[in-house]
Amino acid sequence: MTVAATIRIQEADFDVAQEIAGLSKDRTDIGAVVSFSGICRGSEQGEPIAALVLEHYPGMAEAEIERHADEALARWPLQGLTIIHRFGRIAPGENIVLVVTASAHRHAAFEAAEFLMDYLKTNAPFWKREESRRGTSWIEATDHDDAATARWTKP
Amino acid sequence: MKVKYFAWVRERIGKAEETVEPPADVRTVGDLIGWLSARGETYAYAFEKPKVIRAAIDHAHVKADAMIAGAREIAFFPPMTGG
Repeated sequence: MTVAATIRIQEADFDVAQEIAGLSKDRTDIGAVVSFSGICRGSEQGEPIAALVLEHYPGMAEAEIERHADEALARWPLQGLTIIHRFGRIAPGENIVLVVTASAHRHAAFEAAEFLMDYLKTNAPFWKREESRRGTSWIEATDHDDAATARWTKP
Repeated sequence: MKVKYFAWVRERIGKAEETVEPPADVRTVGDLIGWLSARGETYAYAFEKPKVIRAAIDHAHVKADAMIAGAREIAFFPPMTGG
């Protein structure tokens, strides 16, 4: 069976529990569902923030996430996959991103979810800006994230 | 061709997109960064560290040595911080 990934890039918040339940509803071939939720923290490097504002590249964001979803579906035996990424202003405590993977067994679901998150961090065209009392500033990319992505590249 | 800018590259240049017609000797993404940088102070500031700048041609990531011939849309932006 061909598995189609559900990919949504949206400004509105989403219901994590509903997305997780939706992936395995009325299915008996799924034995494992792994979900990762990225949530807006209330502080960055010890400083309180009012919100994150996410800019994205419409068109490329969808294309890039689809490419990585296709790669995940090719590398792991997944039965279902949902990726949601928000843009716009996101307050502390709100969802930013969700990756849900479903498979017959846990290893594929865990690995695919981690692979997708590592790639989303470094390759999906989104940019975070933080709003605080001191004004707004762009969040800088970290070498740590690049290293996390690099480990999935086949030798 | 259409050129798009995002995040602080967009802020420094002062516009989100524009249409440009570089001369024929501007062949690669790196050449285009050099040509754009010479257009004025705002561009020079945006591209002051060209190694930091990421680029995409028609919605796919490319390196600085990628050829721009035939490109419909080229985008320049800082390293991504989504997820």
